[in-house]
Amino acid sequence: MSVLKLESVTMQFGGVTDNNNLNIDVENGKIVALIGPNGAGKTTTFNVVTGVYQPTKGNVYYNGEKINGLLPDKITKKGIARIFQNIRLFSKLTVLENILIANHLHIKSDFLSSTVRMPWARNEEKAMREKSEMLLNKLGLLHLKNETSSSLPYGEQRKLEIARALATDAKLLLLDEPAAGMNPSETEQLANFIHSIRDEFNLTIFMIEHHMDLVMKISDKIYVLDFGQLIAEGTADEVKNNPKVIEAYLGVEEDA
Amino acid sequence: MMKNINMNENKMSKKTKLILNIISLIVFALLITLLDKRVIGDSYVRRVLNTSAVYAIVAVSMNLINGFTGLFSLGQAGFMALGAYVVAIFTVPVGLRPSIFYVIKQNPVLAQIELPFFVALILGGLLAAFVAILIGIPVLRLKSDYLAIATLGFSEIIRIVITNIQPITNGALGINRIPEMPTMWIFFGILILSVIFIKLLIASSYGRAFKAIREDDIAAEAMGINLFKHKVLSFAIGAFFAGIGGGLYASLLGSVVPNSFNIPMTYNFLLIIVLGGMGSVSGTIISSFVVTSGLEVLRFFDDKLTIGGVVIPIFRPGFRMVIFSALLMILVLFFRNGLLGQKELSWDLIRKKFLRKKSDKRGAE
Repeated sequence: MSVLKLESVTMQFGGVTDNNNLNIDVENGKIVALIGPNGAGKTTTFNVVTGVYQPTKGNVYYNGEKINGLLPDKITKKGIARIFQNIRLFSKLTVLENILIANHLHIKSDFLSSTVRMPWARNEEKAMREKSEMLLNKLGLLHLKNETSSSLPYGEQRKLEIARALATDAKLLLLDEPAAGMNPSETEQLANFIHSIRDEFNLTIFMIEHHMDLVMKISDKIYVLDFGQLIAEGTADEVKNNPKVIEAYLGVEEDA
Repeated sequence: MMKNINMNENKMSKKTKLILNIISLIVFALLITLLDKRVIGDSYVRRVLNTSAVYAIVAVSMNLINGFTGLFSLGQAGFMALGAYVVAIFTVPVGLRPSIFYVIKQNPVLAQIELPFFVALILGGLLAAFVAILIGIPVLRLKSDYLAIATLGFSEIIRIVITNIQPITNGALGINRIPEMPTMWIFFGILILSVIFIKLLIASSYGRAFKAIREDDIAAEAMGINLFKHKVLSFAIGAFFAGIGGGLYASLLGSVVPNSFNIPMTYNFLLIIVLGGMGSVSGTIISSFVVTSGLEVLRFFDDKLTIGGVVIPIFRPGFRMVIFSALLMILVLFFRNGLLGQKELSWDLIRKKFLRKKSDKRGAE
């Protein structure tokens, strides 16, 4: 069953076409990668899915429901959360606060009962804290809960950003270059981490990545984007040997 | 020796803090009561303190919008004006109205209505919040400096509208004979209540959402926070307390004129929150009192000064503002985050500062 479906999505900025007629299908429970050279339009695709941009043409469906035209916060409420290419934590706030903020979208108490600490608001706050600490515990970040998030090492910040996305109760996670700036051993750890959260939280993962070993190792399906066009799709092996992909990455030999 | 100092720097026990809190509360209450009963101080001191308390309410409300939600809004004087005018219009005794509205008669319906002070005060706050929502719907889509310009403009519009609806506001003549408050506790009591409310709000889930918007609005939106709704909420609550502060200001002065709520008034509050620390409630309160009484202390610069028969020419009315501005520049150059930055005043903080100074001295010896 497909969780996320892009149907002939085109995204133009003036005369520039960032995404041209994309058809992407992300199946439930799978890890799907979107790869391509720099400037191919991968992050634009993410921005279309999360509601930052409205597609010029085409539609985006989440569990069969059309989501293009909704604001980003509404889309997150439906169950799609993302992490950003350059980490965007609430950097002056603590680790726990970062997670608590991601819980806010499901709040039932209004601001007044929340402020004057009505009993039901108190219970809700308590449940929120318990849930957040449980999540941090599961991901091995609990001992850092009172640290300022900007003081964490890079790898932990990435992890926290993923944890924050999970805290929204998302079922589809969009990861924009999660391994950017990581060394091989950190990348390896990240691969295991992504795998384990997918299984533990029953997630579907759609990710952009440049580390080919990571992509090849964990993806069930790969889409290749070049100059806004999808040039290939398939499993790791299919994509690896596709001449179009090799051309896009390495260029083609010129005839003498 | 070093070890000793480090051990001292450990946090105090909860019990010690509780005792210290109770002691300082009692001292505070005693001080205000003594001042209030005219045992110590004079009417001048009381007036300066009351003004500081009112300024603190407005400054804290502005800090909620600017310091905690990260919206660069400069509309606080406009919201204050609304609160002040509601109190002025509805609390002046009906019998005195004809002598105030002597050029253009007051609207006959309004001329019959007289409300108790607290009802008018709340009404003023609610009107300010309502107008904030109306203004907020178009302008809160703007960011940073654009928002500042738009809110500044709206604050001016409020002032000019007030000047021009004479049957309601008596125009540029203003309204006087606003009943005075019998006790300082009204100003300080409302200050305490407002601060408690805003502190609780900031610590709630909504307050965290405000801070998330301040830190990174794109990430906040991606985490499911409805930016628009939360910005309007913060803006309206800030306006509500500014309206309350305005109402108190009106009864403190006994009269209101539209020109009291001009742009420099908003700058005063901006200055207070920048000096106290954007995102620090206690810093804002301290700086409200320091700035307000500081402006009074510097008053001797405005008087003529003669040394040995020679009149020093620069000591003349207005010179105090020069000194004040120079002090400000020095402060901003050396303490860019203000007094407390985003921290709050706590016993641990005081202790740490105190101990550091002590150990510095010891090191110097």
